[in-house]
Amino acid sequence: MTNKTVLHAKHLECGAKMVDFYGWEMPINYGSQIEEHHAVRTNAGMFDVSHMTIVDIQGSDAKAFLRRLVINDVAKLEVAGKALYTGMCNEEGGVIDDLIVYFYTDTEYRLVVNSATREKDLAWINKQAADYSVTITERPEFAMIAIQGPQAKAKVATLLTAEQTAAVDGMKPFFSVQAGDLFIATTGYTGENGYEIALPADMAADFWQQLVDAGVTPCGLGARDTLRLEAGMNLYGLDMDETVSPLAANMAWTIAWDDADRNFIGRDVLTAQRAAGDQHKLVGLVMEAKGVLRTGLKVITEHGEGVITSGTFSPTLGYSIAMARVPRAVKLEDTVQVEMRKKSVDVKVIKPSFVRNGKKVC
Amino acid sequence: MSNIPSELKYATSHEWVRNEGDGTVTIGITEHAQGLLGDMVFVELPDVGDEISTGDDVAVAESVKAASDIYAPVSGEVIEVNEDLEDSPELVNSDAFGDGWLFKVKLDDAAELDALLDAEGYANSIDDE
Repeated sequence: MTNKTVLHAKHLECGAKMVDFYGWEMPINYGSQIEEHHAVRTNAGMFDVSHMTIVDIQGSDAKAFLRRLVINDVAKLEVAGKALYTGMCNEEGGVIDDLIVYFYTDTEYRLVVNSATREKDLAWINKQAADYSVTITERPEFAMIAIQGPQAKAKVATLLTAEQTAAVDGMKPFFSVQAGDLFIATTGYTGENGYEIALPADMAADFWQQLVDAGVTPCGLGARDTLRLEAGMNLYGLDMDETVSPLAANMAWTIAWDDADRNFIGRDVLTAQRAAGDQHKLVGLVMEAKGVLRTGLKVITEHGEGVITSGTFSPTLGYSIAMARVPRAVKLEDTVQVEMRKKSVDVKVIKPSFVRNGKKVC
Repeated sequence: MSNIPSELKYATSHEWVRNEGDGTVTIGITEHAQGLLGDMVFVELPDVGDEISTGDDVAVAESVKAASDIYAPVSGEVIEVNEDLEDSPELVNSDAFGDGWLFKVKLDDAAELDALLDAEGYANSIDDE
């Protein structure tokens, strides 16, 4: 059975081409993925992300539970509304999902997890919670819209009440606030400023239309992918999964090792991997020649083989970029080869970050 | 429903062929095909002078989404390629049957055109997909 978000009819009204995305019928584009991509980089675009899963974690053990569940340490979160990007690993140190944790109090947190992994995430979270005094509540009654781009905040501002405007005034990146009916977060997946807004499902279609009327461009999953890859952000299922260590997925920065007593799931395995230094690493690749780097292509280096985890044409840069998992000894600025169709092509290794705030950074 | 001009011939692999009436043809990909591929970012064309045979993979259309082979719908010699596609591959999206043409071929055997589909035949073939 195919799921539809409450915005499904709005997508069709906006001329969307719909595709199946892990059981959800979602817009891939509304005519041109590249035009939608540029709208986000230069003005403002929006994405229906209602298929993502909001899970509230509440209870006296909420903090202790999350300190066990995820590899980053929620004890770092001290200011209400602050958000934290992290991973949730299995006992073998593989990534079950990447997620954002929003903090309210030591007994109230909100997680946003991927739609593609919803069922296994919820099963895992519930299983791990058995010994903790917490309640785990999925919130399907919310829709979510991400509005991104240099003009995103200004466009949203035209829709907010005075009270909501005051609530978001000066809000730094990676924060969130409940303002009236809107849960507004300064998080996103494009490398641009903007908001991710959760709101009651019955308000979503009107809000979407008001954003259209304010000049925000509806954007599909196609543009979401080229934008996130330019920003060097991981996509679950391509750049990491349960068979991949966060150390091999450019997620080492999300592991909090400092408190030696904090026994997060997978810690033993990750500690041993870190000491051994034998994990591959995730790097960026750029290819200014013709052609497009694609997922699954083999990367040949003097230190051994690697693989492209995500590749695309970068509409902002005008050439192809990719993320690749390669032997750890490969260095930034190295030239390596990618096997493409009938030829081998030189590509440059860089940090996996290509475009930020509309500007080239690679 | 995609536009399928009646004066053209078609291959089931989504190439169109326009008979120029002088022993040469112009070849492109259909509007239906460009729609499936999405935004075009590179088009790799054959070289002028190449001898091509029906069914050969002779060009590559790279969209944001995927790389797709383009097959020779007829045999002959490539006599011209659409150089505008070098800088503007999106012409394939915006005008698949016009400015987005790919290359021209001098036919080895004009009778080969008879083996291609007419507009109705092509419309039926994409309905069956």
